[in-house]
Amino acid sequence: MAEFLGINLFGLFGQLLVGLINGSFYALLSLGLAIIFGLLKIINFAQGAIYMLGAFLAYLALQYLGISYWAALIVVPLVVGLLGILMERFLIRPIANEDHLYSLLLTFGVALVLQGLFTHLFGSSGMSYPIPEAFSGGIKLPFMYLPNYRAWIVVASLVVCVGTWWMIEKTKLGAYLRAGTENPALMQAFGINVPLMVTLTFGFGVALAGFAGVMAAPVYSVSPDMGSNLLIVVFAIVVIGGMGSIGGAIITGLGMGIVEGLTKYFYPEASNTVIFLVMVIVLLIKPAGLFGKEA
Amino acid sequence: MKLMTKTLLSAAMAVALTSTAAHASLSDDKVKIGVLADMGGVYADICGKGCVTAVEMAVEDFGGTVLGKPIEIVSADDQNKPDVGSAIVRKWIENEQVDVITGLVASSVTGAVTQVTTDAKKIALIAASASNAFTTKQCSPYNAHWTYNVVALANGTVKPIVQSGKKKWFFITADYAFGHALEGIATKVIESEGGEVVGAVRAPLGTTDFSSYILQAQASGAEVVGLANAGADFVNSLKTAAEFGLTEMMDVAGLLVFTPNAQALDPAIAGGMLTTTGFYWDRDEESREWSARFKARHGAIPAMPHAGAYSATMHYLNAVKAAGTDESDAVMKIMKSTKPDDFFAKNATLRADGRMVHDMYLVKITKASERKSADDIFAIQSVIPGDQAFAPMLPECDFK
Repeated sequence: MAEFLGINLFGLFGQLLVGLINGSFYALLSLGLAIIFGLLKIINFAQGAIYMLGAFLAYLALQYLGISYWAALIVVPLVVGLLGILMERFLIRPIANEDHLYSLLLTFGVALVLQGLFTHLFGSSGMSYPIPEAFSGGIKLPFMYLPNYRAWIVVASLVVCVGTWWMIEKTKLGAYLRAGTENPALMQAFGINVPLMVTLTFGFGVALAGFAGVMAAPVYSVSPDMGSNLLIVVFAIVVIGGMGSIGGAIITGLGMGIVEGLTKYFYPEASNTVIFLVMVIVLLIKPAGLFGKEA
Repeated sequence: MKLMTKTLLSAAMAVALTSTAAHASLSDDKVKIGVLADMGGVYADICGKGCVTAVEMAVEDFGGTVLGKPIEIVSADDQNKPDVGSAIVRKWIENEQVDVITGLVASSVTGAVTQVTTDAKKIALIAASASNAFTTKQCSPYNAHWTYNVVALANGTVKPIVQSGKKKWFFITADYAFGHALEGIATKVIESEGGEVVGAVRAPLGTTDFSSYILQAQASGAEVVGLANAGADFVNSLKTAAEFGLTEMMDVAGLLVFTPNAQALDPAIAGGMLTTTGFYWDRDEESREWSARFKARHGAIPAMPHAGAYSATMHYLNAVKAAGTDESDAVMKIMKSTKPDDFFAKNATLRADGRMVHDMYLVKITKASERKSADDIFAIQSVIPGDQAFAPMLPECDFK
């Protein structure tokens, strides 16, 4: 086997690829949060619970309605997005003018209720969701075995991430959105329905978490607390990437996947803290985050 | 004269009272059982409300009263936090006349709680914890560790695999006390059987993605990968192992698999894997009968801690009856001198150190084609006699 400085290169390549896979998943998860947190300035602590909800809905749809994985990829984000819209309209909007802490506490409460509800209904052990037929098996690379489904995660995440980035940064709709969150009064004077736009944007951001949940169902245990572990990491990624920067969240997500992957190889005990270490360093050097604009 | 009569009367009453006390003395005229468990967190399914149900069943089967006095049950959620658990138990003992504690899931909580129970001279019937500390480093005359422990898991699962010729092991270990203890004891078993541990990774508790660790296991050149973890960590690590083709290259051994965890896995992934358990519902007529009653009330088949909680409670109540008191030393003496014998406890004895030694079972997780129902999860391969499963008693823990 190829070695360099006592490090097994094949092993290292494998870890880099796995890091990239996880990174693209992080990018997908942080995207929704970056939109809600970065553009709407709502700290949505329910995002992790909504990711869990997405995975559970995929499971329930398959189990009780016979809805396949492919259909779930479309249907579940729509259902979850709709719930997000209701949540914005009836829970978050009434306190929109209060301090950000209020929405943080409110969404945290929603997360706890959702998690508690699913624990009550389905227990804490989790459910199993099969890998779709089309993606069973894998490709034998020289340095590792790459499961087809993981390759699909990378492709689907990148497509969704780039598509969303393009929509927000390059289209007219995106321009309205950015302007609307920057100066709502002015945009409303131009005849743009800003509250509606905020609601739809929130729904879209939440739907992305639902999509990530469906993507995760075949590979991770579908259990009520699956989202709470990930949420904090994803928040850290958004902070490192820089508030309000969609591209920053995507690139940071990929980067942090690799950093975490390498940590798992060299010093696994630190793998769940390394991202926070990076966050501390970035905030000390560049308080607005890597890609954020200085306020 | 009047005063004299009064004094005589009260003396007579005092004598009368003491004599009833000698017949049957129950503190506060009742026996109160406290069930402490994780009710809504990661371990809720392996004990939780099911353990409360099991204890209720034991009390009902016992007749609802002991020595003519009522048996009461209280329960609480320890949230897997040692400080929360020990505070509840302290309150139960000091203010609510609780006589005995059972449930007891996360080993960290049990460690804190047994300090409280030992100080207060109350019995702790440990139904779900894995650590072997409660009958070694933290042994106490008031501990009764019932269902299983890490030593039995390592002996039960690891030894037959090493003896079958698979001598090179790699561990994926949960990075906290339970995982370290399990890996340490399994390593000793492997080395004593002439095998070797070629590597190990310590994965933080609650790790979602195990693919890095699976790649490291694949590259290690081991023949067997031991999963020294539990719950969601176990499910996620095994799922990833199957996905990355590890299960086709090497054997995977799950060192602690509760039935709800095995049910959470696709049989295509988990089928064929060996593990050790203290109880399986489909063992014989007796276990099936109890498990059917449990399922009718709880909605799911019992995991081993549920059966253990019932068995321990029953043995405790029988001892209270035989002792004629709920005074802990007297009850414990009888618990240790009479043999537990029910649908759970086979060839069982509660040793002087508080270890309940009983038959353990080496089981195989069934494949989809072998499953007759959704509850058909394990197939018993062999019975591991208690003295081979559990470690011998330490002299310093010999509480006669």
